[in-house]
Amino acid sequence: MEKLLEEFSLGLFFWQCLLFGLLLFLLWKFAWKPILNAVNDREDGIKDALAAAENAKKEMQNVTADSERLLQEARAEREAMLKEAREIKEKMIADSKEQAKIEGDKMLKQAQATIESEKKAAVADIKSQVANLSVDIAEKVIKEQLSAKDKQLKLVEDMLGDIKLN
Amino acid sequence: MLFSFYKNAVHLHRFLGTDRIRNMRTVFTKLLFAVLLVFSTSSFALETEVSDAPKKDLKTEIKEYIDHHLKDSHDFSLFSYTTDSGEHKYVGFPLPIILWDNGLKVFSSSKFHHGETVAEVDGNHYKLYHSKIYKTDASGTINYDENHHATNSKPIDFSITKSVVMIFITGLLMFLLFGGLAKSYAKNGGIPTGVGRFFEPIVLYIRDDIARPNIGEKKYKRYMPYLLSIFFFIWFLNIFGLTPLGVNVTGNIAITFALALLTFLFTNFTGTKDYWMHIFDPLGDTLPWYGKLFLYPILIPIELLGVVIKPFSLLIRLYANMQAGHIVLMSLIGLMFLFKSWLGSPLSFGLAFAISLIEVLVALLQAYIFTMLSALYFGFAAVEHDHAEAH
Repeated sequence: MEKLLEEFSLGLFFWQCLLFGLLLFLLWKFAWKPILNAVNDREDGIKDALAAAENAKKEMQNVTADSERLLQEARAEREAMLKEAREIKEKMIADSKEQAKIEGDKMLKQAQATIESEKKAAVADIKSQVANLSVDIAEKVIKEQLSAKDKQLKLVEDMLGDIKLN
Repeated sequence: MLFSFYKNAVHLHRFLGTDRIRNMRTVFTKLLFAVLLVFSTSSFALETEVSDAPKKDLKTEIKEYIDHHLKDSHDFSLFSYTTDSGEHKYVGFPLPIILWDNGLKVFSSSKFHHGETVAEVDGNHYKLYHSKIYKTDASGTINYDENHHATNSKPIDFSITKSVVMIFITGLLMFLLFGGLAKSYAKNGGIPTGVGRFFEPIVLYIRDDIARPNIGEKKYKRYMPYLLSIFFFIWFLNIFGLTPLGVNVTGNIAITFALALLTFLFTNFTGTKDYWMHIFDPLGDTLPWYGKLFLYPILIPIELLGVVIKPFSLLIRLYANMQAGHIVLMSLIGLMFLFKSWLGSPLSFGLAFAISLIEVLVALLQAYIFTMLSALYFGFAAVEHDHAEAH
């Protein structure tokens, strides 16, 4: 202890207090304050930036979800539209088939009726013509067969012969 | 024996001085240079004692040299050597001496001729004896008491000593360094440049791992400038003490006393009501008043003693650690001269080298401990309880 006290130099103590006090004041003013402020500002900036990034991420997620939803909707809509179109198409085809069938049947029936009536008319015509022809032929044959005397006699005889047989 | 070794060192020094640039490229020379750094410290160490007592044995010489080194010096000598004709040459520069002896006396320390002559100023005679200035008669007689202590009167010494110069240089360095760091933030958009990149993490470490946990989020900002200042001040001075300049500033009791005094003053002037309650009413509501009447005459003096002992431990710890480090290092270097053998000298050199590496660590560690404990004491002072039960 005595050695320590002997070693103690008042002058050095005085200079140390003076210089260190001065240094403390100068550093306080010109170094530590701006350094700590700058570091604080930077840290706050980093915190803010991180929060902003987090927000942006969330926003982004929302946007993505939204667009996903929209896309889904659009897809469903397209699907529905396609389905509808297909149905309409099928219906149209079916309808037109039906229509065509009905029309065809109608035409067929008409044709058949026409044919039938034509046929009837033709048959009637043929019948009348055949009758006329038969009458003509019969007239001609009769005229031929009864043109001569003997032939007329023969006929009478044949006929008489037949009656006999009966 | 010592001289021859010492001369060798000087020769080496000259050799290296002239041919250094050419040889610098080789690893060998770098090694040699490292060795030389140690040698130059030792040569510097020898300076005044050699002339005082050339007949002393080597051990005493080394002991005296170490003693001398540990003390503050009135001139800034880098190293000294002896010419072939036996004349002492000193390399360095004198510093101003400022004395208060019935009036201010200012003169250059060159008047003392490194303690060899008596300085005469305004009719008064002063002599340098064991790094202290004594008032003497014209022939420089020093009177001793029975314990071999000088009894001459001592003028109050406000000299700009080697330590003061180093404090000034360190302060200037810190101001330029951290002022520059502060400016680089503004210039570079909040990001440090250059050496600031090295020092900024340390500043942040002191803030986040020393100040915040010990003092608390609310009040730490108030103490930050002081904590940062003492940390870098002590660290830089410790490191300077390890350079071949060998200025043992933080191993000086006056310096550590001044630093610890500041911590003491800061602690007690910023002390909250709760802090003082801890000292004068340590038991709080846990004891009825009649119990306190018996206990407090013992407890309060103990608490008050604690207030003083805390910073006192700071001053002794730093002083003793730096002093001890220097003594061990110098002694190991001294051993090289004592051994003078191919085995012993390299061995003590290796040891000295290892110890200097440890000392680099100790330099940082002591600065850290001083700062850490200061922060801890500030934490006690800044304490605030929400309710009295916490006492």
